Amino acid sequence: MSPRTIIDKIWDAHQVRAESSDTPGILYVDLHLIHEVTTPQAFSELRSRGLKVRCPERVLATLDHSTPTLPADAEGRRPYVTAEARHQVDQLEANCQEFGIELNGWSSEHRGIVHVIGPELGATQPGMTIVCGDSHTATHGAFGALAFGIGTTEVGHVLATQCLLQRKPKSMAIHVEGKLRPGVSAKDLILHIIGRIGVGGGTGHVIEYGGPAIEALSMEERMTVCNMSIEAGARAGLIAPDQVTFDWLQGRPRTPRGADWERAVAAWRTLASDAGARYDNEVHVDASAIGPTISYGTHPGMVTPIAAAIPAARDAQEAKALAYMQFDGGQALTGQKVDVVFVGSCTNSRLSDLRDAAAVMRGRQVADGVRVLIVPGSVLIKREAEAEGLDEIFRAAGAEWREAGCSMCIGMNGDIAQPGQLVVSTSNRNFEGRQGPGVRTVLASPRVAAVAAIAGVITDPDAFQERAA
Amino acid sequence: MKPLNMIRSCTASLPFENIDTDRIIPARFLTTTERAGLGRYAFNDWRYHEDGTDNPDFPLNQADAQGCRILVAGHNFGCGSSREHAPWALLDYGIEAVISSGIADIFRSNALKNGLVTIVIDESEHRALLADPGIELVIDIAEGSISKPDGSAIRFELDRFARHCLLNGVDQLGFLLDADADISAWESRRAANPYSMEKAA
Repeated sequence: MSPRTIIDKIWDAHQVRAESSDTPGILYVDLHLIHEVTTPQAFSELRSRGLKVRCPERVLATLDHSTPTLPADAEGRRPYVTAEARHQVDQLEANCQEFGIELNGWSSEHRGIVHVIGPELGATQPGMTIVCGDSHTATHGAFGALAFGIGTTEVGHVLATQCLLQRKPKSMAIHVEGKLRPGVSAKDLILHIIGRIGVGGGTGHVIEYGGPAIEALSMEERMTVCNMSIEAGARAGLIAPDQVTFDWLQGRPRTPRGADWERAVAAWRTLASDAGARYDNEVHVDASAIGPTISYGTHPGMVTPIAAAIPAARDAQEAKALAYMQFDGGQALTGQKVDVVFVGSCTNSRLSDLRDAAAVMRGRQVADGVRVLIVPGSVLIKREAEAEGLDEIFRAAGAEWREAGCSMCIGMNGDIAQPGQLVVSTSNRNFEGRQGPGVRTVLASPRVAAVAAIAGVITDPDAFQERAA
Repeated sequence: MKPLNMIRSCTASLPFENIDTDRIIPARFLTTTERAGLGRYAFNDWRYHEDGTDNPDFPLNQADAQGCRILVAGHNFGCGSSREHAPWALLDYGIEAVISSGIADIFRSNALKNGLVTIVIDESEHRALLADPGIELVIDIAEGSISKPDGSAIRFELDRFARHCLLNGVDQLGFLLDADADISAWESRRAANPYSMEKAA
C-alpha cells in the first residue's frame, strides 16, 4: 500500500461505502456530539418520519450555547435571556429523554462547552470520526481524530443512520518548525497561521499540524490550535496522537481500561502519517519568529504582532473592516482603550487558560471602567479552578467569575457587549456583531487578554511584565 | 425538497468578501426550534438600522434588487459557523442561488441540502457579475450553465450527486437509510476489530 496520511487512515477505516463520480462515499461516525442550538429541527425530522436514533450510545449531549452563565436563584430559576432560549434547552432535555440519549445537563459535572467535555470525558479518542452541529468540532482533532462541523440536516442523518454522505477532502500539512518563545501561546501560533494562509486558505482541506513546535504542545494547547482550523476555512484540523495524548486520556471516564487500553494505544500508535505520504498542500511555519499576536480587523485572518502598528488597508474590504473597528492603518494597537475582556470559549476556557489569566491578575486590580468575564469551559473545570483558588484571584481583581458555557464568544445567552465597545476576547471569531451589534472584537490569548484587563488598554505582555519586574 | 432545474431572475450584488454566517443571520436569532420564518432575520444587522427601520445603504434594500432571487456575493461567502439557519434564512428571504468565486464548505453543504444552489465561478466572470447587478440570468442546473442577457454563457461545475439531488428533489436521508445493510455490515466488522485502520470499503 502506498504511504498514507493520518487523514487517509481514518477515512479508509470509516468508509461504509466508497465514493464514485456519481455518489459521495458513506462515512461512519464514531461519536456524535449534540447541543441545544443545532438539533431541535433534526429531532423534529426524525419524529415526523417515525425514525429512531440508530446508536444512542454514540451520541453525547450537553447544554452550552443558550445557557445562562449566571447561577440559578434560590428557587432554582435560571436567568435565561429569553423564554425562547429556555424553551430550546427544555427541548433538548425532552429530545434526549425521548430518544434515549445521555445528556450532560444541569446536574452533571460534565456539563459545559461541547468541545471541552468530549475530551474531558475521554469520549474523544484517537482515530475516531467525530461530528457535531458546530464548526469548532475540529477541536477534537488535537487527539488525532477526524472531527468536523455539520449542519442540522446532517445532524438528522447521523442520528438516524450514524453515517454521513461525504466526499474525501483534500489534505494540507502545516509543519511548525523550531520552538515557541516563552510567553508565546498556542493561540498566538494559530492566529499567526490563519494570518499566513488566510480565512479561505484551508477551504476544502483537512489540515494536519506537525513538526517539533506542535509535538512540544500540551493537549490543551493542541486543542486551541485545532479549534481554529475552521477560521482558515478548513473542514478539520488534526495532530497525530503521541505519548502526550495517551497520558492525557488514560483513566478518563470513557476511555478503555486494562488490556483494552493497551490494545487501543498500540493501534493509535499506527495512526501517524507514513513517511513519504503525500499532501495536496504543504506550509512551513517558523515558531521561533512568532510573538504575541492579536487580530485588528473583522475576520480572524486580519492579525498582527501585538507590538506592530495596524497594517494599512490594502483594499476596500480591509478599509471597511478598519472603519468598523474604528482603527487607522499605521496606528499602534497597544494603547487602544479596552471596554470588556472575555476569557472563555471552546478555544481558551480550559484550566491552563484560566491559570494563564490568573498568573497575570494575581494581586492586581482590573482597570477602572473595564468589565471582565471569566467563563470556564465546563462545570468540572470550574471546580478545579476553584480548588486552586483561581476564582478568588479573579474576584479579588474585580472580574466576574461565571458558570460554564459558550457565553460571550457567540453571545446567544445575553452575555454581550454594547455597541462600539472594544472587547479583548480569547474566543475564535471577530466578525462584525459577533459579540453584540456594533461590538468590536480583538482576538487574543488568555495572557494578552488578562494584561489588557489590568492595563485598561491593549498592552504588549512582554513590556507589561518587564515593567512589573 | 422540490425538484429544481432552472432559475430565471435578476441578480442582487453583495460585493464584499468573507460574508460570514453571523452576517447572514446573527446568533441571537438561533434560539428558535423551528426552521421556518427566518427570512425576516436575513442580514439583520446590515439590513436594518438599530431602530428597526430599513437601512437604505444595504444593497438588497435598493429598489432594483427587489424580487431578485440570485445573489452574487464576494469571495468566501458563508464562512464561519455551521448554522443551517443561514441557508434557511436566505431561502425564506427569497434567494434561490448564490454565485461567488468561493463559497465556504459547511455553508455550501447545508445550502445544497435545502435546495439553495451554490455556484462557484472563476474570478474574472465573478468580478463582471458583481459589478453589474440587476441583469437577468438563467441558471440551468442540468447543463451547468448561466446564460447572460448578451447571449454569452458561464459554465460551472456542480458535484454530480448534488446536481442529481437538486434536479430530482432527492431526499439524501432516504439514500442513507437505503444503505442500512452496508452500515450494519460495517458495524459488525468494526465490533470484531474496533481499532483497525485497514480500508473498510
